[in-house]
Amino acid sequence: MLTILFDGIAYGMLLFVLACGLSVTLGLMNFVNLAHGAFAVAGGYITLLLVNRAGVPFFGALAIAFIAVALIGALLERTLYVHVYGRSHLDQVLFTIGLVFMAVAGTDYFMGAQQVFIQIPNALHGRFELFGIGIGRYRLFIIVLCGLLTLGLQLILSKTRFGSRLRASVDDARVARGLGINVNAVFSLTFAFGSGLAGLGGALGAELLGLDPTFPLKYMVYFLIVVTVGGTSSMTGPFLASLLIGIADIFGKYYVPRFGAFVIYTVMIVLLMLRPQGLFARAAR
Amino acid sequence: MQSTDLIAGRLRARWRATEYVFWAAALASFFVLPERHLILTEIAWLGLFALSLDLILGYAGIISLGHAAFFGLGSYVAALLAKHAIIPEPALALLVSGLAAAALGFITSFLVLRGSDLTRLMVTLGIALIMREIANQLPDITGGADGLQGVRIGPILGLFEFDIFGHVGYAYCLTVLFLLFLLARRIVHSPFGLSLRATKANPLRSSSIGIPVNARLVAIYTLAAAYAGVAGALLAQTTAFASLEVFSFERSADLLLMLILGGPGYLYGGLIGAVVFKFVQDWLAALTPQYWQFWIGALLVVIVLVGRERMGNWILAARAFGRRTGRRILCSIIPPALFAAIGGKR
Repeated sequence: MLTILFDGIAYGMLLFVLACGLSVTLGLMNFVNLAHGAFAVAGGYITLLLVNRAGVPFFGALAIAFIAVALIGALLERTLYVHVYGRSHLDQVLFTIGLVFMAVAGTDYFMGAQQVFIQIPNALHGRFELFGIGIGRYRLFIIVLCGLLTLGLQLILSKTRFGSRLRASVDDARVARGLGINVNAVFSLTFAFGSGLAGLGGALGAELLGLDPTFPLKYMVYFLIVVTVGGTSSMTGPFLASLLIGIADIFGKYYVPRFGAFVIYTVMIVLLMLRPQGLFARAAR
Repeated sequence: MQSTDLIAGRLRARWRATEYVFWAAALASFFVLPERHLILTEIAWLGLFALSLDLILGYAGIISLGHAAFFGLGSYVAALLAKHAIIPEPALALLVSGLAAAALGFITSFLVLRGSDLTRLMVTLGIALIMREIANQLPDITGGADGLQGVRIGPILGLFEFDIFGHVGYAYCLTVLFLLFLLARRIVHSPFGLSLRATKANPLRSSSIGIPVNARLVAIYTLAAAYAGVAGALLAQTTAFASLEVFSFERSADLLLMLILGGPGYLYGGLIGAVVFKFVQDWLAALTPQYWQFWIGALLVVIVLVGRERMGNWILAARAFGRRTGRRILCSIIPPALFAAIGGKR
């Protein structure tokens, strides 16, 4: 029971790292990015190549994956995404679906269609008992790392000058522009950082979620659920939503395996009906 | 004032020469390309499916990422009706499949009414996923991941047996497509259709002049669901098979691409888009069997980057050109008296 809860928390934390970039881009530019999962896949495969082929240590590879994917994100944002901001949601959906298709087929072409596994260091293998709860080392590692990241993000957002600029831009981009905040630059940086986090999440999650070229399509729904349920106005909303979804999904799959996937979709639709603005969002501004 | 509006409406509703040419070409394809009937059949039900998306996207402005839910339901209903010999006659089974999809569309339309574009995307996507999951979890009824095999389709109206070359299948699909197109055309040019357009342009203003916005959206969403269900049933009947793939996200996404290729909001967009999409896909699949999806994605990206409005202008220009040449050709081959009788303009 508690072990399942623990697994659920690890899963939820992972979802948060994967999806928080998406929630910021959506809140900041009102931009529907269905291709967010492609960055996670990029991170996963970069780590795979570094660890399995080049023999780079796992932790170093994670850092490199984060930076590399952030750079890819920044590049794509400046060259492609920037043209689509002002467009209708339909255009954004079409554009990002196109990107997903390209990413899926491209990954398939270069890396093959089969599911792949990243060799994780021996220290993270296995599990141990603590007060009668079975704890997987790798899951504990994920919880600690993602917890630290969340804390860091929260601190950046609430304490630094950049954080206050970002919050101002999310609240009201027009007024923020009027006050001399370069919203586009804030956005580019955030987009790159969010992509990097997704890449890191993809690399970390390869062990738990599996990694294959269709990853962006498979988990697109989960990211979107996190964002829509959590709302886009703060970090805490998506964070709690991720935990909720992670735990609900693991419990669903464990106790009612036949209805595992229903649980999560039904929860999503019901929540959207009751709180169209998101579960933790403030009242409409 | 009202009479001029009425006349404008009539003018817009009048059949144009290009439309005659379009349907004449569709009819001709049956006789001219007998060896391509299998792919043409596919185009016919794809066109119907795209037409159904056009009804909600082009005329009501609802973005859906889960239109495959209705398509898939229609497909499974038709296959099950045939497999268990409940309704072996395809035309009647088609109607029942359409009604089943319409029922699902009616129920889910209330979920789609609420919220913004993003909420709609999520809800429609979620509904398609749930439908897929239901089909997956009921292997006793649907055959689960293996698909529904052993479907035997009876002769249409008890007269025409399906043949392996797809001749009967194509004639059947084309007839259904044409009849449903006529109905859709009638609907979008009726006062109901005009009020839908008003709703799409400005929901607040149209509700203040007395259009019941929500009722209109429910109605058109239900109708579109029925159309999608019929399209799915056509797939099931012509291939005598139904599988989980009918619910896939790719299907909904491809559908959006088709409609965008042809241009939403004038009914022919879906049909033209289906023709273009199928031939492009066929060509790409021959070039790169495994990776054609990459180029489909690239096409989407390019379309958006170039701008749909600009593409739309090209299509408008092409249509104007087509109308001129079409009329010229018609004028030269059809005697004037006959031409006047069918209601064309000289």
